[in-house]
Amino acid sequence: MITLDNLTKIFNTSMGPVTAADRVCMEVAEGEVCVLLGPSGCGKTTTLKMVNRLIEKTSGKILVGGRDTDTIDAVELRRTMGYVIQQIGLFPNMTVEENIGVVPRMLGWDSQRIRKRAVELLEMMALSPAVFLRRYPRELSGGQQQRVGVARALAADPPVLIMDEPFGAIDPINREVIQDEFLKMQQTLRKTILFVSHDIDEAVKMADKIAIFRGGKLEQFDSPDNVLAHPANSFIADFVGGDRTLKRLRLLKVRDVLNADSPSVRADESLDIAVRRMHEHDQGHIVVTDQDGRPTGCVLLADAVGRHGAAGDHARALPSPVRLDADLRGAVSSMFTHDAEWLPCVDEAGIFRGQITQRGITHRLGDTYRAAAHAAAVPADDGRPVAPQHFRGAAE
Amino acid sequence: MKTALAARYVPRFIPLPPLLPALAAAALFGLGVLVHATGLVDELASRWEDITFLSQQHMELVAISGGLAILCGVPFGILLTRPAVRRMAENAMQVLNIGSTIPTLAILALSMSVLGIGERPAIFALWAATLLPIVRNTYTGILEVPRHLIEAATGMGMTPLQILLRVEIPNALYVMFAGIRTALAVNVGTVPLAFLIGGGGLGELIFTGIDLNEPGMMLSGAIPTATLAVLTDLVVALVARFVVSRGVMPGDR
Ligand SMILES: Nc1ncnc2c1ncn2[C@@H]1O[C@H](COP(=O)(O)OP(=O)(O)OP(=O)(O)O)[C@@H](O)[C@H]1O
Ligand SMILES: [Mg+2]
Repeated sequence: MITLDNLTKIFNTSMGPVTAADRVCMEVAEGEVCVLLGPSGCGKTTTLKMVNRLIEKTSGKILVGGRDTDTIDAVELRRTMGYVIQQIGLFPNMTVEENIGVVPRMLGWDSQRIRKRAVELLEMMALSPAVFLRRYPRELSGGQQQRVGVARALAADPPVLIMDEPFGAIDPINREVIQDEFLKMQQTLRKTILFVSHDIDEAVKMADKIAIFRGGKLEQFDSPDNVLAHPANSFIADFVGGDRTLKRLRLLKVRDVLNADSPSVRADESLDIAVRRMHEHDQGHIVVTDQDGRPTGCVLLADAVGRHGAAGDHARALPSPVRLDADLRGAVSSMFTHDAEWLPCVDEAGIFRGQITQRGITHRLGDTYRAAAHAAAVPADDGRPVAPQHFRGAAE
Repeated sequence: MKTALAARYVPRFIPLPPLLPALAAAALFGLGVLVHATGLVDELASRWEDITFLSQQHMELVAISGGLAILCGVPFGILLTRPAVRRMAENAMQVLNIGSTIPTLAILALSMSVLGIGERPAIFALWAATLLPIVRNTYTGILEVPRHLIEAATGMGMTPLQILLRVEIPNALYVMFAGIRTALAVNVGTVPLAFLIGGGGLGELIFTGIDLNEPGMMLSGAIPTATLAVLTDLVVALVARFVVSRGVMPGDR
């Protein structure tokens, strides 16, 4: 959908030429979110602004939807791209409704349709239209302004969004909330998005692809998990942080490490059955469920040997169950909190679906390192060099 | 420097604080009492016809010269902000600034020596004296619209003309009105001088009163002049309130 081909920008300043983008190549597929990441001054904004031609490139090519942007009239090009600038940039003289209506109005929509669209977008952004339509930007908090800024970019339903730190001005708690809302929206809208950030956590959360820049050069362009698991060089390793493996937890869902083949026993079944199933699965505990399959407790093998009766009578308290679609970071945190080796997992209806274990999680996180080690040992394996070496080469 | 200029020409009370009308009323009342005590009321009443006639003439001069100044000053100020002429803009502003240091009386004299006596040279001189604050505030008002707003507008696909009409002017309007307000206040106060070159207006009563050493006559020119100045100011403020978006008005409304 968006292709950057050897994109270069050299600013001529009084201090001599400054290379803000140096032969940048990348490709963002339709419906993907690509986060441009890097320290201040590394060329993220410059790269972004070349896409909608706010900055004219020095050399290279940009294709959007297969068309060379040089062949499209700049004004026309920009109207097909929602744009959120780093400073939010709501027009102070216009109400929220008028701000959202700017592009639709230029496209010739009538005022009824614009109103309807503004209402729809505000609802999507969790801002009550009755309250906010007629407000002026200065009557909004920073976070509300940023939501309106995003709504404004979405107004004419453009296929492409380019956003420069759209959530930069929001406190960490509300930022998480807006990010979640935005992700939910993106799941239905499937826009192709270029998103500038300098926050690795935000990038990991939002991105399908992360592009890490340093001094105008694209240092690594990869999936969030690969950036965290296989940083291409020490700069990136430092940038993503020493806890990068822990950050990967956020990319995984409980369902990704679920052991669905975990035994359970109904409370009214006998303890003998429970013990037999524990032996069958070679584990020291079993989850006890009610009639509907909801977990209510657990029986430990050590408690059960030599005793009789219903399983439910010997049940202990259960480590708190986690949902299948929860992110793994929360689940692991819960494990540490409760000093638990394992946690029962439930679906939306609260029915027991299996368990996750610390071993299972570490094993899953380690997969990618073992694969890399294997590939490094056998370089010609699939005819493709290993990611780290590949990118180290490209960066030099 | 830009901000200092703007600050000088931004009156603080365009959104009509409730205090202002009250103060004005109190002042008028006090004045009335004073005037009555000195027998000025009779004085004013006896000249009522002259006063209304001359006031009308006075305001005609204000309307014509001020109107022309707005019609010329605003477009000129806008023109100076366009990228094509931006480089000459600062020089043009310097010339205007120097021009504004010429005393109004001198402008009147020059105007008279070129255009002769009567309304036309008066209007020209008033126009020249009024122009600067309007041009200057239009110019700085538009230049002070934050760069990132222009960038957002450009990035959304607005053409330069759309940006000017929908973003730059509306956001500069408050500062522009402040300039117009200052300009017209100066204008109303300067019109009496126009009498000196045969322009008419309330100056006739003021200067004749001074000549004849008749304070009553002088005051029946001065008091209406002051009143007209206040009224003009109120009218401009009122218009600004309807024209300037609530979103760019300073204050918490
Ligand atoms: N108009 C310009 N003229 C000269 N140099 C510029 C210009 N714009 C940007 N630069 C330089 O280009 C480099 C990249 O700037 P850019 O704004 O793209 O950084 P960024 O990655 O967006 O940083 P930040 O995270 O602080 O927003 C910087 O060194 C900057 O000084
Ligand atoms: Mg930037």
